[in-house]
Amino acid sequence: MTTDLSAPALPTNSESATTAGRGKRPRPPLGVSAISLLAVLIALFSLIPLGYVAYMTAATGWNTAVGLIFRPRVGELLLNTIMLVVFTVPICLVLGVGGAWLVERTKLRGHRWWAVALAAPLAIPAFVNSYSWVSAVPSLEGIWSGVLIATLSYFPLVYIPAAATLGRLDPAIEQSAESLGLGPWAVFFRVVLPQLRIAMTGGALLVSLHLLAEYGAFAMIRFDTFTTAIMTQFQSTFNGTAGNMLASVLVFFCLILLLVEVRSRGTARYARVGSGAQAKPIRLPLGHYQIPSQLALLALTVLAFGLPIWFVLRWVVAGGARVWSANEFLPALLQTLAYGTVGAAVTIVVGFPMAYLAVRHPSWFSKMLELSNYVTSSLPGIVVGLAFVTVSIRMFPGIYQTSGVLIAAYVLLFLPRALVNIRSGLAQAPKELDEAAQSLGRAPLVSFLKVTLRLTAPAAAGGAALVFLAIVNELTATLLLSPNGTHTLATEFWSKSSEIDYSGAAPYALLMILLSAPMTYLLFQQSKKVAGQ
Amino acid sequence: MTEQSPSRLPAPRVAASVAPTTNTHLDIAEVTKNFGSQAVLKGVNLSVAKGGTTAIVGPSGSGKTTLLRLIAGFEHPATGSISLNGNKVAGNGVWLPAHKRHIGYVAQDGALFPHLTVGQNIAFGLDKSALDGGRRGVKARVQELLEMVSLDGDMAKRRPHQLSGGQQQRVALARALAREPELMLLDEPFSALDAGLRVATRRAVAKVLNEAGVTTILVTHDQAEALSFADQVAIMRGGKLAQIGNPFVVYTRPADRATAEFLGDAVILNAWMEGSLATCSLGGIPVRRPPAQGLVQLMLRPEQIRIAPDGPIRGVVVDTDYFGPETTVRIKLAPRAATDGAGPVYPGGGEVITIRHWNASITRPGTELCLRVVGEGVAFPAED
Repeated sequence: MTTDLSAPALPTNSESATTAGRGKRPRPPLGVSAISLLAVLIALFSLIPLGYVAYMTAATGWNTAVGLIFRPRVGELLLNTIMLVVFTVPICLVLGVGGAWLVERTKLRGHRWWAVALAAPLAIPAFVNSYSWVSAVPSLEGIWSGVLIATLSYFPLVYIPAAATLGRLDPAIEQSAESLGLGPWAVFFRVVLPQLRIAMTGGALLVSLHLLAEYGAFAMIRFDTFTTAIMTQFQSTFNGTAGNMLASVLVFFCLILLLVEVRSRGTARYARVGSGAQAKPIRLPLGHYQIPSQLALLALTVLAFGLPIWFVLRWVVAGGARVWSANEFLPALLQTLAYGTVGAAVTIVVGFPMAYLAVRHPSWFSKMLELSNYVTSSLPGIVVGLAFVTVSIRMFPGIYQTSGVLIAAYVLLFLPRALVNIRSGLAQAPKELDEAAQSLGRAPLVSFLKVTLRLTAPAAAGGAALVFLAIVNELTATLLLSPNGTHTLATEFWSKSSEIDYSGAAPYALLMILLSAPMTYLLFQQSKKVAGQ
Repeated sequence: MTEQSPSRLPAPRVAASVAPTTNTHLDIAEVTKNFGSQAVLKGVNLSVAKGGTTAIVGPSGSGKTTLLRLIAGFEHPATGSISLNGNKVAGNGVWLPAHKRHIGYVAQDGALFPHLTVGQNIAFGLDKSALDGGRRGVKARVQELLEMVSLDGDMAKRRPHQLSGGQQQRVALARALAREPELMLLDEPFSALDAGLRVATRRAVAKVLNEAGVTTILVTHDQAEALSFADQVAIMRGGKLAQIGNPFVVYTRPADRATAEFLGDAVILNAWMEGSLATCSLGGIPVRRPPAQGLVQLMLRPEQIRIAPDGPIRGVVVDTDYFGPETTVRIKLAPRAATDGAGPVYPGGGEVITIRHWNASITRPGTELCLRVVGEGVAFPAED
């Protein structure tokens, strides 16, 4: 057998060597330019809403704009929104990272169970959470209620990427730190935490963007942010200048947040380099902290998950058989499922080229592309919705009020959810593996599919689940863009609860939660799936 | 099994008349590479014979891994060309991508796919359609390859992270061998292994590749590894190949002082060159092909200087380092005698040299020893 190896050159080999000379320009690699082109097209498409806002602002004229922006009402909204972000984001980071660390890196009893429990609140839309809290404490109002509900709804957005990253950190790095004389706390703050940087900045950005864009949850407790104010303006005047100006301020605010995130993310390489494959993480004994940890997690889970579920169920029971009429119910369910699935699939496909460029070929160019997407998705659903309504009516009347426009809006709105996940997945698939596959005779495309894509798949699936969740729970853009006769669970829930028909709304809330639950679990499982385990 | 004649190609290369290309497997001509403004390779020429073993050795940062990645097809050369079996694969507008070069590559850490089992890793590059018996054929081939690298057949079901470093390297080798490449590139594959395992793995790898008749290029920063592994050693320094030759030649007749010191311990003394005889504190030493006359630097390997009762050279032991099987001895040579006026002129006297000896008991500090020099020295032009 071994003698075969010394045979002279394979004819195919030398043949391709000679043909390769004709006309093939070697650099830059074809795949990368194709991906770049795709990414640019996607970025341009995603700039439509921003272009809309810019155009509307410019069309308003300087003096009118200044008059509409610099007034006490805007200052009040600005203060509310800033307070909301400033209080909610740090609490979410502490809860998310702390929870992830307890679950992934300590000998917490029942850590498998807790790991799921901490991700579970993601299955409850913020506006359902708000509805339950209002049912529990009818007097809820103002900033602290906003912070409470937002924190309980959004901390899993930090927890999930943090847990996924913690589960994959090379224990050897922590052990090295210990051998350098660092205690457990010092190891956590000086070694573990810095490695969570991508997960934390990504998670914090997601939470902030949710805070800026959320409408239902804050409207329910009568807490005014830019988004609720814009919605009120649009409901009264449809396309009023005052609303446009509020949107401009909001966009400006988003831009600042995005810049902060891009700057704090850094350029370090987080893929593991070193010999061989890595060992499993080690868990710290909790000792006396076991019971306090258990109690803290229990309290968090009860508030974020138990209470909303309890009140939804109470309303369902209170409503009795009256609220379950199948001919209203089934279409809403099926349509929600269809939009969620298609939207998630399209978003992943669209997001991949961007994430790939950002991780493998980072440059100002890839940052600009990502930034353009983040900007778009940071716009509240109402802005994206109105941009699409206006553009489709003025330029492509044929597609106005089709499901395609709604899917496109979903993609633009939820792309970062997919991007954050795909990007951290790609960071775990070092290019050395891709090269190994190529040296084993796999064409770049094949090695990309079999190695990079395969290793990124768990993270991408996690991203898809997040997008699905988001679509199921999306309210504002759906209200604006859905074709006539389309009713999703979210829109039905909203119209019922706006009519103070709390028990009529409850079945839709329950169904949204039930629908989100398996996806949350799946997302959670996928995020845990260390490559090869 | 007909040898392909280069003259059958439509446009024979100009170089074809220069070298008998039938036996040259890999030819690298004037290759340069920059990363940004930094020149990593500054014009490298290297020719590797079919079935031969070449080690590229150099300090870290000398550009050796970059050269290997250029051969593998992971990087494009800035200028110059690379040819395999007389066919250009890179340079002058030609580009054959990595997956079409049919070159095996074993990375420093093995780069095993973490999502696949050992067996799936090995079977990754196999052309399944070309094997008889479908899945069973693949399985048999995997077993065969595991056996080839002296691993147990049961390993196929394991995951890469369940293997030791040495085992991972062997799996990486088996994976690369599965495609029966004619050229194998090894990028410091042993550097992550501990000393005992390193030697054993190196031997096993060399044996497997040798038996398979695969042309091999090893990149390493370890000169002992390079000398023991290869039949051609290329010393890389500052983006250039300082010397290429067989291990014995580069070790005993290094091209310059830096190469001499990189490849092993060296005793370097000022000497006076007349004809082919260099005179120094160690007496008259023959030098083949002296580069200059007059004042030179003379290089001897420590093992050329022996302790012998009838040796003509005197020296006093300064101190020693005991290593078990041998002892490193620092010896202060006798100062130049004042009465020596009539003899040949030589510089130096009283230098401290380091040699090795197996018997620690006769090398106590303060002991006077008689020394004898065996073989030829190498002369380098004096540094001023």
